Order: sequence, then structure tokens, then C-alpha cells
Amino acid sequence: MESAHIPPLPSIFMHTNPSPTLIAQGAEAHLYKTSFLTPSTPAALKIRPSKPYRHPILDRRLSRQRILHEARCLVKLMREGVLVPGVLALDWEGSNNNNNENDAGNQQTGGAWLLMEWIEGPSVRLVLEKWEVWMKRRLQLLQPLESGSPKRTEPLKCVEEQEEEERVRDLMRKIGYAVGSMHKAGVIHGDLTTSNIILRKNAIKDRENNNSERLDDITIADSVTAVGDEELQAMDGEIVLIDFGLAGQSTQEEDRAVDLYVLERAFGSAHPRTEGYFGALLQAYRESFKGAPNVLRKLEEVRMRGRKRSMVG
Amino acid sequence: MIAIGLEGSANKLGVGVMRHPDDDSPAQVLSNIRHTFVSPPGEGFLPKDTARHHRAWVVKLVKQALKEAKVDVEEVDCICYTKGPGMGAPLQSVAVAARMLSLLWGKELVGVNHCVGHIEMGRYITGATNPIVLYVSGGNTQVIAYSSQRYRIFGETLDIAVGNCLDRFARTLRISNDPAPGYNIEQLAKKGKLLVDLPYTVKGMDCSFSGILSAVDALAALWGFDKEDAANDHDDAKGVEQTHHADGTVKPTSADLCFSLQETVFAMLVEITERAMAHVGSKEVLIVGGVGCNERLQEMMGIMARDRGGSVHATDERFCIDNGIMIAQAGLLAYKTGLRTPLEESTCTQRFRTDDVLVRWRD
Repeated sequence: MESAHIPPLPSIFMHTNPSPTLIAQGAEAHLYKTSFLTPSTPAALKIRPSKPYRHPILDRRLSRQRILHEARCLVKLMREGVLVPGVLALDWEGSNNNNNENDAGNQQTGGAWLLMEWIEGPSVRLVLEKWEVWMKRRLQLLQPLESGSPKRTEPLKCVEEQEEEERVRDLMRKIGYAVGSMHKAGVIHGDLTTSNIILRKNAIKDRENNNSERLDDITIADSVTAVGDEELQAMDGEIVLIDFGLAGQSTQEEDRAVDLYVLERAFGSAHPRTEGYFGALLQAYRESFKGAPNVLRKLEEVRMRGRKRSMVG
Repeated sequence: MIAIGLEGSANKLGVGVMRHPDDDSPAQVLSNIRHTFVSPPGEGFLPKDTARHHRAWVVKLVKQALKEAKVDVEEVDCICYTKGPGMGAPLQSVAVAARMLSLLWGKELVGVNHCVGHIEMGRYITGATNPIVLYVSGGNTQVIAYSSQRYRIFGETLDIAVGNCLDRFARTLRISNDPAPGYNIEQLAKKGKLLVDLPYTVKGMDCSFSGILSAVDALAALWGFDKEDAANDHDDAKGVEQTHHADGTVKPTSADLCFSLQETVFAMLVEITERAMAHVGSKEVLIVGGVGCNERLQEMMGIMARDRGGSVHATDERFCIDNGIMIAQAGLLAYKTGLRTPLEESTCTQRFRTDDVLVRWRD
């Protein structure tokens, strides 16, 4: 959107070198990649620009509420040992705002912001998209063999498939466990999609395989041509949940079940091939904390109910 | 082609005559008249009273509409009526009237979804081609986008409609329902300055208004604005001058409460609309429905759309508020694609979702 108005950065980020780069722009917030303290320490900067259509008091109240809310959820999860981005700094007033009433027109500069630890790694969405492309390719390669000599290739294909299934199941289990830990800590994500789940390489492994290809450098195009074993590593690593912009604190089964339902739908619509593996995610979730079986029972209800009631005119 | 449209899903009875010239030149509104059932201050409109009103007025309005349009009965191609959604009894009275006309004149019937009527009229009047639609009225609150032959609901209210929230607060304050409770809230809100804290409930692209209504009702009760004799205070100085207490607290006025209510619920509506725009990648917004007349809502939406590099389209009370011409417009579009509602199927329904309609007249 070329003509769209992008609000300037909060003043303390105006002179950083290199300057923050815009990564994503939603209706609510802008996400930048920047650095923290040293230029080599990457950090994520989330800015909630003030909304000029809102009454200034309401605007300040909402920006403050939301940025603090997000930060509190992150800090709480961090304390409970759940893998999320660490909170580095925040300002709920926006830096250019010196409570100067005459400066009302200038309030648009900045806005509330939250600086977080940078999570390096591809989103699960990307990982699964690559995997789906790769799987399709594999199956196409196997197709002619299969029709030629079905008896011989069948056991081979089974081994392949089992390996594949195991890799995806393992990933799903890790996600299920991560979501379970988050719920156990009393936090609801509110927007669980595969884009908001990052697969971070384990730090130790990362050092060992320093000269191997970086995960996020492998594009979909690459994976189509390189149907090799390096793809097998793509599902190693630890699951980190990000974007707690719509998160809340709750321990109610209903809220937890809705979280899972949203995730299930996200998998179903974006990654149809993974639908059969969602059970593994739920199984890991079931084992992750004591109240989980009740949440899964509630999930059945939520599924039956769907989201939309019939409207009354 | 000429269609006559009959609308009566709520307290407005509307009759309109629309012509779509055969040579593809722009459609013409030949007549568009409306009669509103106004309930006394402090009361809403009840289905049975509203239905009685519609029954009493429908013949008169149809005659007047045809006269104003200078159209003979023979020239009319089809009779369009509101199939739903809406209040049961008023919908039924109008459906009966439509059937009667159909048998009397030997013309075919077209049942129209009320919400689609609003959208099509808004598109026709403003010329917006493919906007995100915010449909806000006394009975509906939806954010809608068109995609492959359906008007899809992206977000909606989880409980009461935004217009219902405003109307019911007008009832609490015992403000006049003439011409519309929401209009009088808007006028009173213009005198308000103080923003009081009210709940703000947005969940993704959905929102909720019942908690806000409870909160603002409670504030009105706390400050004594809900009393029988409070009604005449709203206009004079007592209603708009805040009282400062010795302990530093400020007593809000009823105007402040109206102002705060509008600021809060409209901010929610603009927020969910913006989210839908970001999601779909659209830059145009069209506001339809009775609450769409509100100038403050239009202003806020305009600021948001401008910041996104887009624009807002809105219509005035003739086409925003329920009317017969929108039913004629949507009905005629469907009629041209071959849709007919046989007499035995010419029912009406209180529940009729916007996305149930197959929009055959758009690509």
C-alpha cells in the first residue's frame, strides 16, 4: 500500500544504525527488526501507532492496556519456563509525548512500543509449506516406480512414509507441548496460527552445524530442487510462540479450548496435508498438564458449536 | 424494467419504485417513501404494534409511491419484498401485502435479503465497486466483504446490535424516539465533552455491546438520569453543564454519557473494519444501515480510511435507514438473473444470514 500513511518511528529509534526495518504491518501494529544495545544483537520492535480516529484519552488507554498486557503475558510465560520472546523494554506512552496538551497534533509520532528478543528461525507455516511441497514431489517421484513394480517398492515407500510421519508427528507433539505449557501458565494466546509459531534451532546444534545452510535461507524453490537429506533437519529445533497481541490471562477450559480450535482451523485451512497429524498435537497437549483432558472434552463442544450463531434480525 | 420494493422488517415501512432502463443507462429511483412507527419515549417498538402500523399504512404508501413514480401498474415487472431478517410480525404483514399485490396485479414476487438490500443500495448510490461493508443498524452489526458470489461476514456482534445499544440507552434516558432514538443521541453527544471509562470489547473481528450498555446504564442510574422527570433536563443547561464536586470528582452530564458511548462503540466498529481491510487488502469502506447516518461514525471511519490510503463511502438518511427502494434494487438485480419466488414459497424468516444469498449478479 504505497499511499498508506506509515507513522514515524518513536524518536529513540530514529538514530539507530542500521535503522529498523519494517517486517510486517497489520491493522494494529507495525513490526520492525532492530538491534538492542549492540548492533549484533537483533531485537523485534512492535509499535502500536496511535489511532487519530479515536478520542485521545481512549486511544492512550487502549494502547497502554494492550502493550502492557502483552508484556505481562510474555514475562509471566518467561518466568514459567515457556519459550517466548523475552521483553527488553517498552514505553506505553510513546516517546514524543511529553504530556504537552498543545502538542496534540504531534501525538501521532511514535505510539506505544514494545522491544522484544529476536527469535531466529522459520515459522511453522513456512516449515510445513516446504514440507508439503517436498512431499508432493516425493510422491510424484515414487508414482512411476510404484506402477512399474508394486511389490518391491511398497515396503520401501512404507519406510519413507513412516519416517516422514514420524518427523511431522514429532513437530506436532512439540507444538502441542508448547501450547500446553502456555495454558498451564495461565495464558491464552488468542491468535494461534502457524505463522505465530517459530521453529528455533537449538543453540548448541546451531554452533555445530555452523557452516551448514541456514534454515530460513532455504526457500520453497530450493526445496523443490533439493529433495535431499538436509530437509530432514528442517523440523529439528525448539518451538517458540510469538505475537501475544491478542493474548489474555485465563485458566478457563472454554478459553483454552477456543485457542486449540483456532489452531486446528489454522492447520486445516493452511496445511490440509497435516490434518491427519493434528491428533499427535492434541495427544502431547493432553499430557502437558493436569487439566488438559477436560480442555479437550470442551474442544469437542466448541467444534460442534462452530463460531457463528444464526443472526437475529 | 421496473420493480416495486416493500420493506417492513422493523419499525419503518418503506415502498420504493426503481427502474433499470433496458439500454444499460444508470438506474433511476422513481419514488422512495417511508412511514415510521414511533413509540413513546422510554419505550421500544413492540412487534404487534409495529405490525398493526404496517398493515394500516401499506396500501396508502403503495398508492402514493406509484403516483409519485408516475408509473402504471401494467409497467411494473416484479414485486420485491423483504424475506428477512427482521421482526416476525412486521415481516409477515408486509409479505402478506406483497402476495396480495402479486395476485391482484398478476406480477411475480422476488424475496430479498434485507442486508443484501442495504449493500446493493449503498453500492449503487456511492458507486463503490468492491468495498468492505460495515452494516450497522438497530438489528445488525456486521463487517462484510464480497468473495466468489457471496457477501461474506468477516466480523459481527456477538450479542446485541450497535443500534440496539444506542436505542436502548435512549430509552434509559427517556429521550424522544422521534425521528429516531439514535439521531437524538447523536445530537446530545455533540454537547458532551467528558469521556467516561466504558468497557471496550473487541475480539478479533467480532465485538460485543451488551456489557457497554449495562455499564452506561449503571452510570445513568448512578447520576440520576434515568428518572421519569429527567427527560426534560437533557436539553437545558442542567443537562450539559458538568458539576464539579469539592473532592475533585466531576459529575458527568447525560450529554457526556452519550458522547462517551458513541466514542467507545464507534472506535470498536472502526477497529474491526480496519482489521478486515488489512485482512482483505481493500482500501474502500462502505457504511450502510441506520447507524451509518451518524456523522461522527462517518468522520472516524474517514480518518481511518485516509490513513490507509483509502476512502469511505456513506449515504444519507434516505438510503441508509431502511427503505423500499433498496429492496427494489436488490430484487431487480436478482430478478434479472432469473430469480423468482413462487407464491407458495413467499414466506418470511426472522433469521436469514447475509452469506446465505447466492449473489449471481456479480462476478
